[in-house]
Amino acid sequence: MLYAILCYHDEDFVGSWTREQDAAVMKKLAVVQDKLIKQGRLGPVARLLPTTSATTLRKDDPPVVLDGPYAETKEQLLGFYIVDCKNLDEALDVARDLGAANPGGAYEIRPVGVLNPGSVPT
Amino acid sequence: MTDTAWIDAALTSARPQAVGALLRYFRNLDTAEEAFQNASLRALKSWPQNGPPRDPAGWLIMVGRNAAIDEVRRSRRQTPLPADEAISDLDDAEDALAERLDGSHYRDDILRLLFICCHPDLPATQQIALALRIVSGLTVKQIARAFLVSEAAMEQRITRAKARIADADVPFETPGAVERSQRLAAVAAMIYLIFNEGYTASEDTAGIRSPLCEEAIRLARLLLRLFQSEPEIMGLTALLLLQHARAAARFGADGALVLLDDQDRSLWNQKMIAEGLALIDKAMRHRNSGPYQIQAAVAALHARAARPEDTDWTQIDLLYGALEIMQPSPVVTLNRAVAVSKVRGPQAALEIIEPLGERLSNYFHYFGVRGAFLMQLGRNDEARVAFDRAIALANSSAEAAHIRMHLDRLMRDAPRGTKVSKK
Repeated sequence: MLYAILCYHDEDFVGSWTREQDAAVMKKLAVVQDKLIKQGRLGPVARLLPTTSATTLRKDDPPVVLDGPYAETKEQLLGFYIVDCKNLDEALDVARDLGAANPGGAYEIRPVGVLNPGSVPT
Repeated sequence: MTDTAWIDAALTSARPQAVGALLRYFRNLDTAEEAFQNASLRALKSWPQNGPPRDPAGWLIMVGRNAAIDEVRRSRRQTPLPADEAISDLDDAEDALAERLDGSHYRDDILRLLFICCHPDLPATQQIALALRIVSGLTVKQIARAFLVSEAAMEQRITRAKARIADADVPFETPGAVERSQRLAAVAAMIYLIFNEGYTASEDTAGIRSPLCEEAIRLARLLLRLFQSEPEIMGLTALLLLQHARAAARFGADGALVLLDDQDRSLWNQKMIAEGLALIDKAMRHRNSGPYQIQAAVAALHARAARPEDTDWTQIDLLYGALEIMQPSPVVTLNRAVAVSKVRGPQAALEIIEPLGERLSNYFHYFGVRGAFLMQLGRNDEARVAFDRAIALANSSAEAAHIRMHLDRLMRDAPRGTKVSKK
């Protein structure tokens, strides 16, 4: 069974780490990740850019584009896609297509800062 | 991370919200700062033992407020202070109270706190110093170091600034839409000043001053989180990120300033560039342009060019043209001239900057750029005069060293030149 582990933390807090503190945390995490990679158990790992870079597409009819991360608590996180796009407009086009196939709810679109493809066999 | 490092980071991140709320409560900057200071001291004692509170800012606001009220009571009636444990053992009920006290207002609290620092009576340097002290919580020693002045001088500067705004009318009612957008613009300008203070550093001071750039970026991100749909705040944040991304490439081994064209682009910070480009993308969707967005768009075009020759100078020329209309300034025209020199050649560019000579007669970059255009045209004597003037006006040894490099090239090429007179 593949499990997704979703990371939550106070962005203000993480954002006030110095570059050295940030690097130290990433280094400690890499140790854990490397162990999983060697065991062939790690899937893709992504560190997302700050929520200030997020845009939300509400899948209303017609869909509405909003600045900022998805903030409602009514809905739950059900899954995610990682898509290669030239820019935000292209990413929004993809989200609109997905939304047309499955209306209701919302997509938060956030650029990926760091992506480690992992080692899990597909 | 050690306990203290963790708590330091938590205090730094909670500071703007907590001091902002305490200021609204006490309507006095000194009392608010003192209250926050007291709360921080208690946090240092309590958090390692009791674990971090769920909402550090709420905890600090509540504890700071109580401590300050106790202070007033004590001085009035000499009643004993409650034991530390009683205060540090805040339960969820008080958390909720802090939330009520704060939740709906904290966006305007933080904006107000920043806005107070940009009081128009304060000269720019005092605005920046005050913001770094009050909002960012840097120590006077740290700020003095970044400004390359003595601690005593910085202490005095901050004290003076505080005294000046103590008498000023600080607006505490929730601002209306127009008022809010005016405050936002003033605060954005101040954040940009903080960044520039760090950015204009020379190689020998870059390490000391670049924390100013990082702090400006942190404040810009904070502002953008509070005002998510403001394209100009997106533009400002993008601009700072895209500029700072080049920090590692801006100075050569000899300490001389390295211009964009000559920078080692592999040293550019791709993570910052990615974030900056993402923000520009977001801003552009609003179709509501502004000076920060335009400057960020220019920086984005540089960031997107893998090699200098890939730079879209035609687009940069157009962007600076738009900026000239929006915010006319000889410096903007000078920047446009650089783009023009790439698209239409040095003669056209020289014609654009010729009328600026009087207004920019004390501006280092004017003579640096003018010298470069003249050199490209083979007018080496005139180029040398411009470069000499640039060196006299240089703000740092790095700038002077950069111009000297041009002069050396002129000297080297002199034997091959046709009309070089010997002085």
